[in-house]
Amino acid sequence: MAAQIFSAIFVIIIGVGGCVAYFWGANKLLDLTFPSRGVSGTAAINNLRRQGLVRPWLFVGPALIILTIYLIYPVIATLWLSFLDRGGTSFVGLANYEWALRDPDLRRSILNNLFWLAVVPAACTFLGLIIAVLTDKIWWGTIAKSLIFLPLAISFVGASVIWKFIYEYRGEGQVQIGLLNAIIQHFGGQPQVWISLPFWNNFFLMIILIWIQTGFAMVILSSALRGIPEETLEAAVIDGANPFQIFWKIMVPQIWGTIAVVWTTITILVLKVFDIVLTMTNGQWNSQVLANLMFDWMFRGGGDFGRGATIAIIIMIAVIPIMVWNIRQANKETGGH
Amino acid sequence: MAVATGNSFASRFGVHIAVLVFVAIWTIPTLGILVSSLRDKDQIVASGWWNSFASSSQTEAGRLPPASTQKEKDGKFVLEGNIFGDGAKRNISAFGVKAAAPTQYPAGTSADLGDGVTLQVNADGSFVMASPKAFEGDRGQRLYYASSAPPKFTTENYDTVLFSEGIGRSFMNSLTVTIPATVIPILIAAFAAYALAWMRFPGRALLIAVIIGLLVVPLQMSLIPLLKLYNNVGAFFGVPSKTYLGIWLAHTGFGLPFAIYLLRSYIAGLPREIMESARIDGASDFEIFVKIVLPLSFPVLASFAIFQFLWVWNDLLVAMVFLGTAPDQIVLTAKLNALLGSRGGNWEILTTSAFITIIVPLIVFFSLQRYFVRGLLAGSVKGG
Repeated sequence: MAAQIFSAIFVIIIGVGGCVAYFWGANKLLDLTFPSRGVSGTAAINNLRRQGLVRPWLFVGPALIILTIYLIYPVIATLWLSFLDRGGTSFVGLANYEWALRDPDLRRSILNNLFWLAVVPAACTFLGLIIAVLTDKIWWGTIAKSLIFLPLAISFVGASVIWKFIYEYRGEGQVQIGLLNAIIQHFGGQPQVWISLPFWNNFFLMIILIWIQTGFAMVILSSALRGIPEETLEAAVIDGANPFQIFWKIMVPQIWGTIAVVWTTITILVLKVFDIVLTMTNGQWNSQVLANLMFDWMFRGGGDFGRGATIAIIIMIAVIPIMVWNIRQANKETGGH
Repeated sequence: MAVATGNSFASRFGVHIAVLVFVAIWTIPTLGILVSSLRDKDQIVASGWWNSFASSSQTEAGRLPPASTQKEKDGKFVLEGNIFGDGAKRNISAFGVKAAAPTQYPAGTSADLGDGVTLQVNADGSFVMASPKAFEGDRGQRLYYASSAPPKFTTENYDTVLFSEGIGRSFMNSLTVTIPATVIPILIAAFAAYALAWMRFPGRALLIAVIIGLLVVPLQMSLIPLLKLYNNVGAFFGVPSKTYLGIWLAHTGFGLPFAIYLLRSYIAGLPREIMESARIDGASDFEIFVKIVLPLSFPVLASFAIFQFLWVWNDLLVAMVFLGTAPDQIVLTAKLNALLGSRGGNWEILTTSAFITIIVPLIVFFSLQRYFVRGLLAGSVKGG
């Protein structure tokens, strides 16, 4: 273990030192190759121009190389692998996609992902908005927000344990140590095994993600609400609008852009949801989702890379519209700069 | 915002109550595992954690000693002893001899079991069973009793989990993964962000678009090719394919688009005059970056560092693909996932382990919340 700590520290030093040495050294080398000081006027100008051509690439170079290896190449490779067999050696055409159309597990996963997409982004945005509006009106709002925000720092696995404890089931008539069943039993209901209830178990898993992500929606929306000009709201009050009208007709339309950002961000997260399903049910009792199914196929029986890649492509296709929208949005914002 | 507030006392009161309910729902689950992790493991299963400050009561079954231990006293055959053995601090409130009526007799009373046989069980667990005839058989009398124990809090679970369940080791592994994976991307991203914000070169707009596109590319797209690549590299050099170096680089790669995006938007917003006056004074891009941009960017660098730290610490997927599951490599999240499988019902172990895994993010979060929120607001395009 001491060796491990030592090697971690060593890597930090090598990594950071290496970066510093690269940037400093490459920059120095460029200055020496095309000197701009101590040479004649035109030569200096020419060399400065050459420096200006090369230097940006020295700066973005390391990032570009890492991005290429870890993201750009894999995206292309995954697309290619989805046309290959399980070992990734021979071309099988569209066989994996044909399988994808027929496989009941995959169909179930897509269906469940659609449930998740329909419920989680909407619930988080709605709850986040409500909490943001309410906490703005009270003196202890900041403390309340920080507490609601807190689950965002908790890992999905940690959150799964927390909620598994809440959903814990004991036989009827026994002392329930899970909060949910204890409440149900207290009011005379039947305790249930929540995470294996067909169909509804999906919602019990979604609650975990909603619990984590509402804080995110709340913080972003709260800051957007503060951006609404005071005069607009005052004018509405003078015109006799009630709080609900102010909320739906003034506030919501004003922050529509931010709501869209929150919604899409959570949508992407939902498409990739993996940890919660793996730890709570591992896809049993009809709760499978795409990301967990893909993980399953990557390692099941030595792994089927072709099918795994196909599932990844399905997730990617769902993300593409958001990606295009983001790029357009960013182009509009940055404009010339 | 004050103008939107309802004026009546009732509506203001309603807002307080509503927020209180939300806060309760959002904190009680976490409180549950914190309280449970500090409880005695027998009490965790005997009562809900919300009752942990009350005495926990449970109904148990036991057997009295066999006939061979009987003594003859005053013409009667007597069995004596304490059902708890020594040391247990539990209180018996009632007892019985039939499963159907386990609490038929209050503690301290003498129960008539027929044929002149009497049984008395006291609150402290001591019992006397007497009979005019000798007891027979080598199986003792069946006994049911309701007992309660005073609340007991302990740090024993933490000892167990840290030192015998391997969580302590995993904690170190998580730190080993997280710190380099947080530090390495910062400088690489900062240089790229500066170039993309303030240097003019062909292809810059395209690069920015690519990075914004990569922000939302699901991690799943990278896993299989990288797994293959790592296996090939490992096989080629004859080294293991699951290494800390591998996961450091992987997290660096996955974190870079967000890092560059976040840093670029901040650096692009720095005042143009500062850059230009420095340039007029003869400073090169390198000098401007190191002496002006880097110090001014401290808040955004801190934001990114917190994000990346939390992201890597809380990650399960990347760790499961690129690291092994042996004790020297398994990280906290993966260990907790494994414990859920192997220790499914042992809530003292699960709640304690879960609390240990979330304590570091919570500390980071509470101490640096300002930077965290700033990063969130600036970079809310990323999907986590």
